[in-house]
This record gives sequence, structure tokens and C-alpha cells, in this order.
Amino acid sequence: MLNYIWSGLIIVSVVFAALLNNTSELSDALVNSGASSIQLLMTMAGIICLWSGIMKIAEESRLTQVISKAFAPLLKPLFSKLDKNSAAFRCITMNITANLLGLGNAATPFGLKAMSELHKLNNNSNTASNEMVIFVVMNTASLQILPTTIAAFRQSYKSNAPFEIMVPIWISSACALAVALIIACTFCKKQN
Amino acid sequence: MPCFACIIVIYGLIKKVPVFDTFLKGAKEGIRLIYSIAPTIMGLIFAVDLLRSSGAMNQICTFVEPIAQAMGFPKEIVPMVLLRPISGSGSTALLTSIYQDCGPDSFAGRVASVIAGSSETTFYAIAMYFGSIRVKKIRHTLVAALAADFTAAVMSVITVRMFFGM
Repeated sequence: MLNYIWSGLIIVSVVFAALLNNTSELSDALVNSGASSIQLLMTMAGIICLWSGIMKIAEESRLTQVISKAFAPLLKPLFSKLDKNSAAFRCITMNITANLLGLGNAATPFGLKAMSELHKLNNNSNTASNEMVIFVVMNTASLQILPTTIAAFRQSYKSNAPFEIMVPIWISSACALAVALIIACTFCKKQN
Repeated sequence: MPCFACIIVIYGLIKKVPVFDTFLKGAKEGIRLIYSIAPTIMGLIFAVDLLRSSGAMNQICTFVEPIAQAMGFPKEIVPMVLLRPISGSGSTALLTSIYQDCGPDSFAGRVASVIAGSSETTFYAIAMYFGSIRVKKIRHTLVAALAADFTAAVMSVITVRMFFGM
């Protein structure tokens, strides 16, 4: 799938650049994109290393187990095939807990760990399992209790009430999550 | 965020975990993680940069604009809605430009805030998660995730109208 999306993006870009006479901008982007992606990776590397260090402490002190136990009953129905004491299910609950708290950067290491655990359970096949689909889809719907980043942006542009969009964000992301889960679960059932 | 980190460290001390050694162990895993996702991210950013600089993104936006207006979407936010699933930093840049042009408390500013808060950089998340385990057949992940983004966009207009009567 990504093979097609990626090559599609490149082909469309080159065709449009030729039609619109934007070839010089395109070659600029060609040169600069490597540098900008390395910059992004360096910023991310710092944050990810810090948080995987902190989260390792949470893991070894068994704090993760305490938190995920609180959320497990809510998530269990979606991942009925996983054992609730398995590493995969623990990472999933921790990832979703961190996302809810708005700790996107803390959530990523758990998400990646969850994927590699699910991969093992799926016999290292190169086709995604139902659990992987549901998990990634839940991640893309971004349910968040306190939208602090958005509020910070609004504040910096002198909004009268930076947090006034909180409830609309809850409703909107809950609807998005519901739609995503309904579609994912229907397809999963159909293909089994 | 700092409170969260502090609580974890204190909890670790209470449970008698060697906190700094454990931190180092985790940070090392973090480095390995970055190493494994770096090529995927570079490749995707490259493609999106090409799309933006070639003018294709603008063309797609002008094409979608009439449809957006028929649905009650403010036209200022069309580029952001389209960029949202592809690039986090790109859509953040567009979000701040909407704040600058229309103000954060305008209709467009509020709708843009809700969209930014209720959707994710779908392509990036999918590429990262499936790329890390080298799974190519992602089945219906993309359909479900894009449906979620579309729902978030539609619901943001509805909720902003509902709450602020605009």
C-alpha cells in the first residue's frame, strides 16, 4: 500500500511541476527535504530517548501495570484475542493511556513496542493482523483529554478563551474514533 | 508533562528501582528505535515536500474548494484539512497562519483548532507503526483512518456551530 502511495505522490508532484513550470522549486525541495527530515529526526530523537528512559522506570517499577489495569476493562472488548496479561496488551493500554493524557511523545515508544509484540503473535507475517489494524486506527483518531498544544497556540495568538474549544474537540474526536472503530471492526469480521 | 515524569521517578524510588541506570537502559532503546524508523520518515517527508513545492497541493486545494464551501466549510481551512493527515508540522504551520489571518476566535480559527485537536497525522502514524515491523499489507487501516479524519473535519464545523452559534 505505502509503495503505491509513496510513488504516487512523487509522480503527481513531478507531473504538476512540469505543467505549472515549478521545476526549480521542485529541485530546491529535492535538495532541502533531506536536511529538514534529519532536523525533525534529531528533535524527535531527543524527546523519544528521554521518554523511553522515563518509561523504562515506569515499567520496572510496575507502574505501567497499575495504570493499564484501570483501563484494561474498557479496551479488552476491542482486543478479545489478546491475553490481558500479555506484553502486547499492556503496551496497548499504556500507549492509549499516554495519548489520553496528551503525552503523544511518551505514547510512541509504547505504540512501537505494542506493534512488535503483535507482530510476534502474528508469526512475523507481512500482513497486518486485526489487532494491529484496530490499534493503529485508534492511534490515528487522537482522543485527548486536555488539548494543551492547541490551547498554547491559541493563547499565543491572543485568543480570549484558549480552552473554549475543548468540549467540541472531545465530541469531534469521539465521533471520529467511533466511525474508525466501526469500519475497522466490520472489515475485520468480514475477512475472518 | 514534567509532573508526569516526576511522578514516575518518585514511584520508582519508592519501589526501590535503580532509577538512573534504568533510565539509561530505556534511553538506549530509544536510540535504537530512532535508528529503525529514520528511513521511513525521511522517505515520507521527501514525498510530501515534493507535493507541496510542485504546486500540486495548491491545485488540489482549488479543485476541492467549491465542494468545501457547499458543505459549509470556511475556505481558509481547506489546505489545512488536506495537509492534516499527511504532515504534522505542515498543518501546524497552516493552523498558525489561519490564526494570524482570521484570529483564533473567528469561525475559521475555531474550526481549524477543533480539526487540529481531533485528528492525527494519519499517514505518518501508519507509516511509522507498520514501517517499524516491516508489514506491507495493512488491509483496511487506511480506509478506517481516513474515514476518521473526514468525520473529525465534518464534526468540527457542526460542533463549532453548535457551541458558538456561528
